[in-house]
Amino acid sequence: MVTSLYRIVKRGLINFWRNGWLSAATIAVMILALLVFEGLIIFKVMTEAALGAIQEKIDISVYFKTTAPEDEILRVKTSLESLVEVRKVEYVSRDKALELFSERHKDDPTISEAIGELEENPLSASLNVKAYDPKQYAIIASYLNNESLTVIVDKVTYFQNQIVIDRLTAMIDAAERGGFFLTVFLSIIAGLVVFNTVRLAIYTNREEINIMRLVGASNKFIRGPYVVEGILYGLIAAFFAVTISFPLVYAASPYVEVLIPGMNLYGYFLSNLPSLLVYLIIFGILLAVISSAISIRKYLRA
Amino acid sequence: MIAFQNVTKAYNGTAALEDVTFKIMPQEFVSVVGRSGAGKSTIIKLLIGEERPNKGRVIFGSYEVNRLNHKELPYLRRHIGVVFQDFRLLPMKNVYENTAFALEVAGRQQIEIEELVPEILDMVGLRDKAKNFPHELSGGEKQRVAIARAMINRPEVIVADEPTGNLDPINTWEIIKLLHKINELGTTIVLATHAKDIVNHIGKRVITLENGRVIRDEEKGKYLLV
Repeated sequence: MVTSLYRIVKRGLINFWRNGWLSAATIAVMILALLVFEGLIIFKVMTEAALGAIQEKIDISVYFKTTAPEDEILRVKTSLESLVEVRKVEYVSRDKALELFSERHKDDPTISEAIGELEENPLSASLNVKAYDPKQYAIIASYLNNESLTVIVDKVTYFQNQIVIDRLTAMIDAAERGGFFLTVFLSIIAGLVVFNTVRLAIYTNREEINIMRLVGASNKFIRGPYVVEGILYGLIAAFFAVTISFPLVYAASPYVEVLIPGMNLYGYFLSNLPSLLVYLIIFGILLAVISSAISIRKYLRA
Repeated sequence: MIAFQNVTKAYNGTAALEDVTFKIMPQEFVSVVGRSGAGKSTIIKLLIGEERPNKGRVIFGSYEVNRLNHKELPYLRRHIGVVFQDFRLLPMKNVYENTAFALEVAGRQQIEIEELVPEILDMVGLRDKAKNFPHELSGGEKQRVAIARAMINRPEVIVADEPTGNLDPINTWEIIKLLHKINELGTTIVLATHAKDIVNHIGKRVITLENGRVIRDEEKGKYLLV
């Protein structure tokens, strides 16, 4: 068993070396496939960051009547927080609202002067509500539309911004669905390209496989070295794919940051390098080994 | 012992062998002769399980070859050394590796391989070419490597399908002498050929095929053209 395994590994390594050009060509195709796969992982992260940033910007605000007592407002806040759809509720008191308003308009003397002349704070207290999922704002808004709250609630911004929120929600959904299908589609294409390349490599060895069978080699003994070669293809291609993507990611990172503020692509790449490499190695090895095993089957039946 | 019992084999409805029956005893040297298409190669393919008969039984020792499945065939083939007209050497392996391969597949220990391969290469006169690859060898040398590979496992039988078909006269006689020597050492030889001179020179048992049928089977026979 050990001797047999040793011979299989040794023959796999020797074949890999002696079929130099064929190995190099197969690895080159695998590098391209793995770059696509790696690109899809990075694309997914970027899409998530971009969609997250958009989602972060969506919220609804509940403005209370100026006469609404603060403890009532805080009670509404607590009840909102108990909803499973709600991620975060931020309370802005009337004083805080005025402070923010003054801060925002401090360079406008007319407004600053007008505020100074007011005897009473005209601004309402509000609650800014963020949901886990933008689709859930409708549920939250309907909760706030409750009759018992009409005494203290002045307006809910969802009803003013409903069209924009719905449109953004639809866009986020479409982007997520599109990303998923794109990932599946490109992964299948990359997989098929590698499969075909490995199949061709084994096709060129069909006569050799036949000779081995005639000499009395078992299927395991014939298939083994091709599996070893497949593992080598996957390993080497994964290392090359990561090495090639280093400068590419470095160069693209500043542009991505302009597109998606707060997204440090190069930083993400560096901090996730080990797991990225492991994914690529696993994907590469699986792809090559499965392709080899399937391709060789038909030549082992004779 | 090899036995073909009422064996029929057809390809796409065209009979290659029809109701063929014969026995070959251990240590015999048998020439199977006939024109191209007479069914010589089919006999060899059936014997090594490369093809299955449509009817009849093919027996080799304790194996009923026509009933073996894909997993059992390698074990049968380790008992039969095969030599082909087109040599069928592994192109990416050198002479030593091609010869050692037959021992490796049989699971022999490395120490045995290191001992046996040089011995057998000595016997076929190729020790100094151990590191050469097939494309660096002449036709005669390639065939001698094929014979070395076929006999290194000390099989009970060596079957040779037109082994001299691609060789010049000098190499042809070298190969025949080698097969003779192997037979004298106790191995059964089944030689499929249409080379009249060779068969007549050997002067041993001859099975003559015509249109897929055995028309003559004689001890110390001759290849008589029909």
